[in-house]
Amino acid sequence: MGTQIKNIGIKISNKIKNFRITRSVFAYPYVLFLMLFVIMPLIILLINAFMVNDELSLKNFSDFMTDGSNVQTLTFSLLIGLITTALCILIGYPIAYILSKWSSGRVIVLLFILPMWVNFLIRTLSTRFMFDAIGIKLGVETLIFGLVYNYIPFMILPLHTTLSNIDKSYTEAASDLGANHLSTFFKVTFPLSIPGILSGVTMVFIPTISTFAISQFLGGTSSYLFGDSIERKFMHQLYGVGSVMSIIMLAFVLIANYFMRKSNKGEASRNLW
Amino acid sequence: MVSTTLKRILERGFIIIALILLYTPIILMIIFSFFNTSSFTFKNGFSFDAYDSLFNSSNSAKIGEAFQNTIVIASVSSVISTIIGAVAAIGIFSMSRRSRNIIENINQLPVINSEIVIAVSLMLFFTSFKFPAGYTRLLIGHISFCTPYVILSVMPRLMQMDSNIYEAALDLGASPLRAIVSVIIPIILPGILSGFAMAFTISVDDFIITQFNKGTTTGIDTLSTYIYSSMHTGGGLKPYWFAAFSLIIVVVVGVLLLLNLRKYKSKAHLKASK
Repeated sequence: MGTQIKNIGIKISNKIKNFRITRSVFAYPYVLFLMLFVIMPLIILLINAFMVNDELSLKNFSDFMTDGSNVQTLTFSLLIGLITTALCILIGYPIAYILSKWSSGRVIVLLFILPMWVNFLIRTLSTRFMFDAIGIKLGVETLIFGLVYNYIPFMILPLHTTLSNIDKSYTEAASDLGANHLSTFFKVTFPLSIPGILSGVTMVFIPTISTFAISQFLGGTSSYLFGDSIERKFMHQLYGVGSVMSIIMLAFVLIANYFMRKSNKGEASRNLW
Repeated sequence: MVSTTLKRILERGFIIIALILLYTPIILMIIFSFFNTSSFTFKNGFSFDAYDSLFNSSNSAKIGEAFQNTIVIASVSSVISTIIGAVAAIGIFSMSRRSRNIIENINQLPVINSEIVIAVSLMLFFTSFKFPAGYTRLLIGHISFCTPYVILSVMPRLMQMDSNIYEAALDLGASPLRAIVSVIIPIILPGILSGFAMAFTISVDDFIITQFNKGTTTGIDTLSTYIYSSMHTGGGLKPYWFAAFSLIIVVVVGVLLLLNLRKYKSKAHLKASK
């Protein structure tokens, strides 16, 4: 008994000694910060979504489902998100591909990314004034233009990174073995660039459906996105339904991220700077 | 041969057209800032009136205040994020694999999460725990989404570092703290600096999180929330906004071009000297 207590005592004093020495202690303040200001807010969001009058309830959820306009906004946003993402791939892929072949590509890709650092409200308003000046009526088309315009750098950047990191010897081997340009592209380059496409897709799709402001300035009167309706719910103090919608948004984020991680370790998306 | 030159011309044309499209709205904004107008028309003639009214109109004070708020919030939150982030990265790096994985995943949350969810969850959190409205909330909010980026830019530096260097410092009699300050930190400094730059730009650029957490009664506005509310009230933007936007565009693009060209040049220089 006595030795056991002694042993425990030694263990504790060792712990205290180690506590002073190890570098991992430096992470503790930030871990606390993360718990408090990242995890806690999300828990509060969950509580707001699923608690009504201090009871667990799905009322907010059913309120969301039964109001047709909410579901309609969600499907509309998903559709707009899909179209925007598809257009970003269709336009962004050739750009990234061509630039990955040029020796000056690394500098020119910077030109494609530079506008991203000008505040998006300014860019969105400029496109809005441009449409007003030419006399194009605002609507779904102008909204999609604005979204593609805003988010295409997020597609070009990861694509360019993956495409220019593909080992040239693969394509050389393919053409040595008799493949023409087209089949080299479809059988070698394209499959190897899929991680880049996926991280581009998450970086375009998620912000597109959750954005607000862009749709208010470019979408005319009829087209809001899911982000707008979340904002509107909170502005009208409908915290419960708003929280349910935010949870749905979060679910989309996590699902998209899961697929992206499965295909690559998220490296391409980290190279933003 | 003909087909390859044709292909080259087509490729070049495609890139040029894409770049023109990308820059047209921005360049038009700058051009029309010299025509004292609140839409893209030439009818008011060339003048510097928009720039004049940016600095000498009834709203100049409010714009100046919004600008000051933007810079102050970005500076304070990016400095704090950089300190917390750099220290935390050193700590996280020396953790066991499992806890390191967990923390890195949580750290990833603000990066992947959509901004509106972060904004809304922080707002609910602040109101339910009655945090004082105004700068406190904004600073905490900005620090919470800037710090992960600092950690993400410091981590690769730590991974590239030879861990024997730290051990050597300890063997030579340095205390752990001394070893961190005079060995590890100088090595990861480039990562810390780019993390700081990133935190600062993200904070300056933020709109959604600030919009939700600035509070309706505090009257605090940053440039982006002020732009948003001016667009919504009083039927469109006044001409001085065109001047303000142009100045922002020129400064942002200019600074980034300079920084990147310098980086590119020093890389080219390195290559040449090898």
